[in-house]
Amino acid sequence: MIEVRNLSKTYGDVTAVEDVSFIAEKGEILGFLGPNGAGKTTTMRVLTCYLPPSSGSAIVDGFDVVEESMEVRRRIGYLPEFPPLYADMTVSSYLTFVAKIKGVPSAQLKSRMDEAMEKTGIAHQRNNVIGHLSKGYRQRVGLAQALVHNPSVLILDEPTVGLDPRQIIEIRETIKALRGEHTIILCTHILPEVSMTCDKIVIISEGCIVGEGTPESLMSQLKEGEVLRAQIAGPSDEIRELLSGIDGVLDVVDDDTAAPKDGDEQAYIVTAAPGHDIRDLVAKRIVDGGHGLRELRGLEMDLEDIFLQLTTQEAEA
Amino acid sequence: MRNFFAVYTKELRSYFVSPVAYVIAGVFLFLSGYLFRNILMSFNFYCQQFSQRSQFMSGAGMPQLNLNEMVVTQFFGVMDFIWLMVVPMLTMRLFAEEKKSGTIELLMTSPISTVQILMGKFLACFTLYNLIVALTLVYPLILEVYGDPDWGPIWTAYLGYFLLGGTFVGVGILASAVTENQIVAVLLAFGGLLLLWLIDWSATFAGPTAAKILHSVSIIEHLQGFQRGVIDTKDVVFYLSFTFFTLFVTSRVVESRRWRR
Repeated sequence: MIEVRNLSKTYGDVTAVEDVSFIAEKGEILGFLGPNGAGKTTTMRVLTCYLPPSSGSAIVDGFDVVEESMEVRRRIGYLPEFPPLYADMTVSSYLTFVAKIKGVPSAQLKSRMDEAMEKTGIAHQRNNVIGHLSKGYRQRVGLAQALVHNPSVLILDEPTVGLDPRQIIEIRETIKALRGEHTIILCTHILPEVSMTCDKIVIISEGCIVGEGTPESLMSQLKEGEVLRAQIAGPSDEIRELLSGIDGVLDVVDDDTAAPKDGDEQAYIVTAAPGHDIRDLVAKRIVDGGHGLRELRGLEMDLEDIFLQLTTQEAEA
Repeated sequence: MRNFFAVYTKELRSYFVSPVAYVIAGVFLFLSGYLFRNILMSFNFYCQQFSQRSQFMSGAGMPQLNLNEMVVTQFFGVMDFIWLMVVPMLTMRLFAEEKKSGTIELLMTSPISTVQILMGKFLACFTLYNLIVALTLVYPLILEVYGDPDWGPIWTAYLGYFLLGGTFVGVGILASAVTENQIVAVLLAFGGLLLLWLIDWSATFAGPTAAKILHSVSIIEHLQGFQRGVIDTKDVVFYLSFTFFTLFVTSRVVESRRWRR
């Protein structure tokens, strides 16, 4: 479990992270989402005891990152944005070195290494020199390095950056397979990555948390209401008046993005106040009014819209 | 202890899997061999002149030709200058490279103390230094084959090199810890060592108290006793405390990230 309380970090006059608080429960994957330069890496560096917080505190598995740094470091596996690899070492000698400094007992050394290589799919590369590996394999060696001492907490900073689509999918599958055993924090600026892999999302922008919750709750929380798109045949003035008259409808506009259809067919975007499900009502009124209902569907805001909305609002403020 | 040993073997290994150890040992042995040859040749020249003259002069009043004084001491006296240039190249990568490549993040987020990291690196470099120094034993052995050198001052000179090496590596590792650029690390170490070397020069123009201080911080001043066969506790303490001091400062520099809020 990870608990961050009112964490701030300043470099001289520059505030990188300000008053950040969040909790990651045991066994879940927490997506730490934000545009580049939002303070993700700084937060992760504080959690991994690389940097001290300027104020506030962070507790990892019950240990404070400042007071009990050694205990925290024993329990954390960290893949920084640039995997910390020694290019002149072979994969297995590198992992042996990491396992030793992470305090893996000699008796378990071999089985832990095999397990880490197995999980990340690099077992067949064990005798190759890291400097000669492709970017994708290096990333996996980085991941294996974070896993080798079987830490209870895994912190992955942009694990898929610079990989090709196939490798990205493979790394994500690997991460998903680790759910349950480890508490994972996944830092990224790529949206589909969090919506696909994470149980919980924290959105950070310019050092502050601007949104938090499950992917679903975040979406519903941010929806300003139900939005419908209706394609209706009939006189548009009459229909607009009809739609506006429905209880709970806030706004009706023409959807001009759709190509005009034959005759008097027209698409409308209907926005209702939060909590009003107006789909049945709209359908009923239109049919009762003698108009032709051609299409009716709810518009969902996806994570991308929410992310943009949150991070740009913050920028304007 | 296990952590320290992991860092130590990793560092030592990396000297030997890259060309670094071989090139440095090769260049060093070539240069020192060249100097040794020339010193030996000039000794030979004196010997010949001496034997010619001794036919005309006899008995007392004749200067002694001493193999130790004329070859061994002189040779050790120039070797330390080569080390002054070579050690910064051995130490430059120790921390600078880790910082540049980001692997320092791995070390600092692992359950291993800064002192363990530092001692692993220091002793790995110091081991390599002593290995190369040990190779120079071949020169006194050549003297042993063709002459009769006194081994006492030779061993004390090696003890001096052992102690001096710790100080050199200490200064070098400190220079490497303050930057992530290896060129900067080399220059800082080289400049620092050269200054400590030449500092007693300015003693000539300083007041008596200042001169005494300048003399006692000069890293070469303390080596001369060893080369003459004298082990002075003052010199031993100087090198050991100097080494300890540089390592202490280095550990604070490396650690500084942790307490700089």
